Amino acid sequence: MSTQASRSAARVMLSPAVISLLIWMIVPLVLTLWFSFQRYNLLYPDRAGFVGFYNYTTFVASPDFIQAIINTLLLVAGVLLITVIGGILLALLIDQPIWGQGYVRILVIAPFFIMPPVAALVWKNMFMNPTNGLFAEAFKALGLTPFDFLGDAPLISIIIIVAWQWLPFATLILLTALQSLSSEEIEAAEMDGAPAHKRFWFIILPHLSRAITVVILIQTIFLLGVLVEILVTTNGGPGTASTTLTFLVYKQSILNSDVGKAAAGGVVAVILANIVAVFLMRAIGKNLDA
Amino acid sequence: MARAVTTRRKTLTTLAAWGIALLIFFPILWMILTSFKTEQDAVLSPPVWFWFDWTTENYVTVMDRANYFRFFMNSVIIAIGSTALGLLIAIPAAWSMAFVPGAKTKDLLMWMLSTKMMPGVAVLVPIYLIFIKLKLLDTHFGLIIVIMLINLPIIIWMLYTYFKEIPGEILEAARMDGATLRSEILYVLLPMAIPGIASTVLLNIILAWNEAFWTITLTTVDAAPLTKFISSFSSPQGLFYAKLSAASTMAIAPILIMGWFSQKQLVRGLTFGAVK
Amino acid sequence: MGQITLSKVTKRFGDVEVIPPLDLRIEDGEFVVFVGPSGCGKSTLLRLIAGLEDVSDGQISIDGKDATSVPPAKRGLAMVFQSYALYPHMTVRKNIAFPLRMAGLSAAEQEKKVMAAAEVLNLTSFLDRRPGQLSGGQRQRVAIGRAIVREPEAFLFDEPLSNLDAALRVNMRLEISELHASLKTTMIYVTHDQVEAMTMADKIVVLNAGRVEQVGSPLHLYQNPQNTFVAGFIGSPKMNLLTGPEATKHSATTIGVRPEHIATSTTEGLWKGTVGVSEHLGSDTFFRVNNTGLGETIMVRAGGEVAIRHGETIYLTPDPTKIHRFDDKGQRL
Repeated sequence: MSTQASRSAARVMLSPAVISLLIWMIVPLVLTLWFSFQRYNLLYPDRAGFVGFYNYTTFVASPDFIQAIINTLLLVAGVLLITVIGGILLALLIDQPIWGQGYVRILVIAPFFIMPPVAALVWKNMFMNPTNGLFAEAFKALGLTPFDFLGDAPLISIIIIVAWQWLPFATLILLTALQSLSSEEIEAAEMDGAPAHKRFWFIILPHLSRAITVVILIQTIFLLGVLVEILVTTNGGPGTASTTLTFLVYKQSILNSDVGKAAAGGVVAVILANIVAVFLMRAIGKNLDA
Repeated sequence: MARAVTTRRKTLTTLAAWGIALLIFFPILWMILTSFKTEQDAVLSPPVWFWFDWTTENYVTVMDRANYFRFFMNSVIIAIGSTALGLLIAIPAAWSMAFVPGAKTKDLLMWMLSTKMMPGVAVLVPIYLIFIKLKLLDTHFGLIIVIMLINLPIIIWMLYTYFKEIPGEILEAARMDGATLRSEILYVLLPMAIPGIASTVLLNIILAWNEAFWTITLTTVDAAPLTKFISSFSSPQGLFYAKLSAASTMAIAPILIMGWFSQKQLVRGLTFGAVK
Repeated sequence: MGQITLSKVTKRFGDVEVIPPLDLRIEDGEFVVFVGPSGCGKSTLLRLIAGLEDVSDGQISIDGKDATSVPPAKRGLAMVFQSYALYPHMTVRKNIAFPLRMAGLSAAEQEKKVMAAAEVLNLTSFLDRRPGQLSGGQRQRVAIGRAIVREPEAFLFDEPLSNLDAALRVNMRLEISELHASLKTTMIYVTHDQVEAMTMADKIVVLNAGRVEQVGSPLHLYQNPQNTFVAGFIGSPKMNLLTGPEATKHSATTIGVRPEHIATSTTEGLWKGTVGVSEHLGSDTFFRVNNTGLGETIMVRAGGEVAIRHGETIYLTPDPTKIHRFDDKGQRL
């Protein structure tokens, strides 16, 4: 439904967005690729030159790498699991007739507005600190030995912090979807004698599937890049217990100043992100009439 | 239609919902409370809840130590600047995709979104070097560009879903009425899309305000926003929770208040048009 | 001046040819109606003339000048859309003034023209309302107001009455006809309703599957349908089309007789049948006659006060001078 003139106008109007995103994607990527084949350490600027796949082999062969991949997957999967299931339950609860629904929504949405360093600092110091964090106080009040969350269960602690940040997002989207479900549909099912768990399974959950896909897509995009939370709380440790791929690359470039190896890690991260992206886009493409 | 429930059931669900909501909100509440305590009260064991000597001295100390206002202004400049620039690029693009869709429109959208999946750390060094070369390091302009680019796909996608809800016949009417493309967008499309643009702007300001990776790595002093301000408090640990809380509260307060006031539009925006 | 010529105009969407090469000439000041069943390409044809779609081939000229690649804004045409396409964020006044504002007229001139249009269309008391606060008929008038202030070469109407209720539709039909009579500007009007076509048009263009089946004045089409499609489409109730031995008697493949050209009798006639469902309209009575042995139910129109009961036997005699004959390709003989 268009004319030649409007189609060419459309191309012109699209070009700033397409060109700027292309540059933003390609230029750094090409540079990263280039660095990944170079010996390039900011601490030893004189030792430079082409090293082939050396950076890749050392990056991938290091035991940290496998650990980082596993940690990344655990982080993403853990947070998704908590936020989607928690979000559904919370949305179902808030959708019930309750007093002060608006205020409840305001309270629940709040963590979404908190910048990552603040969230990480507050959780680290005031809750998870083993000497005077609130959790330690709670353990003490119950007569238990305080548990060192960030020391003994660093990845789980980070998952908790990140899940707290993203639970509001999941809840609100799922709540919106839930509110668009017509009560007639539910009532019809009730008339048909479907018990509550069957109504949830056969009517509510399918209705939410679109919203769940959106939650998973958007969150995965952001979760793969989680860095500041780790940086502020555990610094990837103890050892590599909470080092994700993102953090590993960051460590190589900033902390070890090894640009070459960091670039190789970056390329690996991009490849993995793309695998996830293709996988997700396939799944989402079906569910979104974009 | 509201379904009838017994008061007893409503009371129970209300209690449960409020309980969980308060639990989710508690870390923020605790942070705000702590910011008004003295450092001694802040680490008291067992903790004190409300019955402590309320003080604002932490805020004064934080303001003295780090020039809060400058960080705040930098956050404002970056958030608003990147959002404005993003809209400028995204509105024409979204118009194209919504009203002159082609066979490749969907793929293009997906590609744009996929650029968001590129891990920032992977390209940190090249970007850093480019920034040094172009003298963009620690400048507002440099950060505005980067933050704009990482959020651009989301702005485009959101605007696209809003524009698609506007009937094409109205834009055709404007064309028949002699409107140029510019007037068509300026006088007809944008005024009709105001609610959608508002949610897009809100979400984008929040994302820009809270963006921590690029703002921390690409700034030192001049253009450093509140994220940098807060991470400067992270190194010396413990023993000054109250000041940390005061600084944190100041960093999140503006966006928290803005978010609360606009949560209706925001939620609509968050769903990316995928949930009606 | 609003003389529009289409020569060999063709429209393809991908491989699908929705409008095969088409020639048409619309004279200045004419009221032309494009009529046809839904999906016949009449709206597409209108959009081609408006410039909202590109022609795939051929040429459109307005007042003798080639307008094939002129953008819609520059063709000097005004369009009234099916959904009215009013700007919901503007008041009625601003809606009507919008084309003038786009043309760069001064505020005073805009106001003068808007007031004049509002006067003609009885919109003066609604000027400060928004489209959302208006009824369907009022919205329709605003859309027309927005079109007339431009003083266009020609008006294009895309099924403008299809969203109105029946009573309002008759009213608006008259208003548009009156508007044409006073403005004397070319109007092209698209509709699927043959009653609108018959009552409003100077010239009707009957379209079917993108092809022009026949062009002519309403009466000409009524009296001399070029083919069975036009014969069946124009006139209400539909013409009775008969095939078989009865048609062979007239050495044709198909013959057509309009319901109003059949005489009825209770005693004698050419065809004999039983009365089926009848509709008494007061002025007229329409009834179906079954079991005539002609293979079809025959629709007959009789005067308003004929007393005919369901199931009675009836004799029918078609007026031999009003029988239309068609060949095996459906073309008029």
